[in-house]
Amino acid sequence: MSDVLAVTDHRRGELRDSSYELVTAGRQLADETGGDLHLAVISGTVDEFAEKINREGVDAIHTVSHGEEFNHDVYTQAITQLYDELAPQYVLTPNSVNGLDYAPAVANRLGLPVVTDTVDLAANGETLTATREMYGGKVETTNELDGEAVVTIREAEWPAAEGTGDAAVEAFDADIDEDAVGSTVNGFEEVGGGDVDIGEADVLVSVGRGIEEEENLDIIRDLADALDATVSSSRPIVDNGWLPKNRQVGQSGKVVTPDVYIAIGISGAVQHVAGMKGSDTIVAINTDPNAPIMDIADYAIHDDLFDVVPALTEEFQ
Amino acid sequence: MKILVTVKEVATVEDEFEIEGTEIADQYLGADLNEWDDYAVEEAVQLQEAGVADEVVTVTIGPEDCEQTIRQALAKGADRAVRVWDDSLDGVDLLDVGAKTEILRAVVEEEDPDLVLTGVQAGDDSFGATGVSLAADIGYEWGAVVNHLEHEFDGDAASVRRELEGGVEELTEIELPAVLTIQTGINEPRYASLRGIRQAQRKELDVQTLADLGVDESAVESTLELTDMYEPESESDVTIWEGSADETAAELGELLRDKGVAP
Repeated sequence: MSDVLAVTDHRRGELRDSSYELVTAGRQLADETGGDLHLAVISGTVDEFAEKINREGVDAIHTVSHGEEFNHDVYTQAITQLYDELAPQYVLTPNSVNGLDYAPAVANRLGLPVVTDTVDLAANGETLTATREMYGGKVETTNELDGEAVVTIREAEWPAAEGTGDAAVEAFDADIDEDAVGSTVNGFEEVGGGDVDIGEADVLVSVGRGIEEEENLDIIRDLADALDATVSSSRPIVDNGWLPKNRQVGQSGKVVTPDVYIAIGISGAVQHVAGMKGSDTIVAINTDPNAPIMDIADYAIHDDLFDVVPALTEEFQ
Repeated sequence: MKILVTVKEVATVEDEFEIEGTEIADQYLGADLNEWDDYAVEEAVQLQEAGVADEVVTVTIGPEDCEQTIRQALAKGADRAVRVWDDSLDGVDLLDVGAKTEILRAVVEEEDPDLVLTGVQAGDDSFGATGVSLAADIGYEWGAVVNHLEHEFDGDAASVRRELEGGVEELTEIELPAVLTIQTGINEPRYASLRGIRQAQRKELDVQTLADLGVDESAVESTLELTDMYEPESESDVTIWEGSADETAAELGELLRDKGVAP
């Protein structure tokens, strides 16, 4: 009972980056428990995926060929059966939207605790210490639990595994009960097309919750006009219907890498940061000096955006 | 159709705060209805207004102090509320997913809803797992991170969109009964009207102990133990511009000119 079983993540024919990060996190845990790292590759072109994910540090790969795309009922059944077969200490999954669609169910079916969205892990004997955030990233906590567990890891926290591995790839004969599959994926849709591609902009003037009211967006538009820049936003602005979805930067929106990203009234939740941390230069305008955005900003103005933004617009008029 | 909506009063934290042991000191904490749950309540109320739902019941795990927050959901149109609390829950600093699942299962068994709506996650502990765990436990179908729900149900299935990463939505049919975890942005949550707020005071708010629900006290013993809380170390090497708004704007203006991106 010292092995680690990590479940790879893929969508529409591609392994997601989180799969390679899982190998790193899983290898580290297995080293600490003194066990092997097993990978599960479920649905889709499993042999192709298995070949790609066969990186250094992987001990065994188990493929379950069933259907093309992710289905949580198939995943839940396949993983619980693999668990029964392999008896690992930890089941590791990505904390992706799909990871959260099966990991809690797997834990429940197996009678195991589930710890989600971990950013650091350490195993010592029977005890797992999991680091995670609370209150939108304002604090970190360490949490301990004894015995087996299902753990989801935050994306982009561990580096991707590299090198070529020599793990044996074996087809696992999962017994999928079709009557217990109660959801059907009928397709996918890309959202957020339309008039503007924020991914193409050299300068993004990006606005968040700090703008307070829809009519205040005018000062952001004025600044963007003066700078010949493009307006983008964090999630709450789009949720409120103040800007269309194609303007949203972040995990569920668009990943952008402009020359300059001006974050105005954006606190910098992890989902937002995931979409803009690759920007060349990041400037944050925010009254809160402790806002997480300050951790990745290159330049910051700790002042009221309603004073700074009009002053900046004036600079360029 | 009967809809059960799980709601939670979450702790909010001021910008400046102090940590005492494994908690944030009381004076820096506020309380609010969990943002994601607000969208779940709105979705349920809209289904009721559309004539799809006959009854909308909310359930919360929380002490008497949270009743004002819970009544916000009643003011927005939920019919009645169940609040679960127990002396054995007092002073528990972390209720893990398994414990919440066990308590909520007892309520689901009592209420027997066709649809359970939860928020994707709670704004304080952000596990994002209770809805799916509950579904697996009670034998319901489920869907995580739903940002669209068709209000016309096709027989015994819900037609939803799940918000995947990178601006991709998954179109999925989910058999009922089901638990859906609701993402922000699925609708526009209403503000409670004065009339709604008055009516909410008269709506039924039923308090249940673990014993009332037939849940053993051992259920609240989390397997997960919170051992430390601290402010994350800043890795920032940020340059801070100080001075008046005109001065800081001038600094930023100069940077933009230096980078050659200013007009």
